[in-house]
Amino acid sequence: MAEITTVHYLVVAAALFIIGTIGVLTRRNVVIILMSIELILNAVNLNLVAFSRLYGLQGQVFSIFVITDAAAEAAVGLGIIIAFFRNKETVNVDEVDLLKW
Amino acid sequence: MNPVATTFFFYSLALAAIVSAIAVITRRNPVHAALSLIVTLLSLAGFYLMLYAPFVAAVQILLYAGGIVVLFLFVIMLINLEQNVREYQFNKQWIVGTIAALALGGLLFFVYRTGRGAFPSVFYQGYRGLEADNTQRIGIALYGQYMLPFEIASLLLLVAIVGAVVMAKKRI
Repeated sequence: MAEITTVHYLVVAAALFIIGTIGVLTRRNVVIILMSIELILNAVNLNLVAFSRLYGLQGQVFSIFVITDAAAEAAVGLGIIIAFFRNKETVNVDEVDLLKW
Repeated sequence: MNPVATTFFFYSLALAAIVSAIAVITRRNPVHAALSLIVTLLSLAGFYLMLYAPFVAAVQILLYAGGIVVLFLFVIMLINLEQNVREYQFNKQWIVGTIAALALGGLLFFVYRTGRGAFPSVFYQGYRGLEADNTQRIGIALYGQYMLPFEIASLLLLVAIVGAVVMAKKRI
């Protein structure tokens, strides 16, 4: 069978990225939107590690930094969700219009 | 040691990752979505092992599947989602959003298809065998060449901790 090349990994990462983007754009539940952002960050990580197989260790070091950022983003985002749910009793993003006008 | 059955493992992991990623964005119940997210993250850890990055694979399992998804599940249990599960799950502009994202995906696939020759088809051979001391090399890089970004990342985590406490606390 055909050998697995870097492009195969890039295509899988692109598919995960697109699925995450669709989730961010279409869902109403803000918890699911944060999970979709995690999917997007993971797609980027897969790209970085796939290229680190070609060019050296830098990609893996950067993927560690991306994982750190994802942890920070999840902690702050979920804190915002808890504060928001306490005030409005909902987690739907289209009902958040306090800053609109 | 040469890898065995790479093609079979690659397509199995790709199928698991993409099917569970679709489940993440389509499930009505957020708990099911979080559990599907774990499957996606574990498949990606398998990809990292296939790419000779065992340290990143271990960090992926420990930090993502063990840390971040548990945080998600805690928050899902803290907020009462029973009413939300009965509501309509997609917003009004979902058709436009899906079409735009799929157009971006088509563009990416077109670029990969036409630019396939630009990527080296075989893996860098001098890199083979370095996976034995992969963790050691990443540690040396983090504390040598990437010292400043590493310290900035620790500062970012401190700020995130303080920010999360300030956000979630009722009364400061």
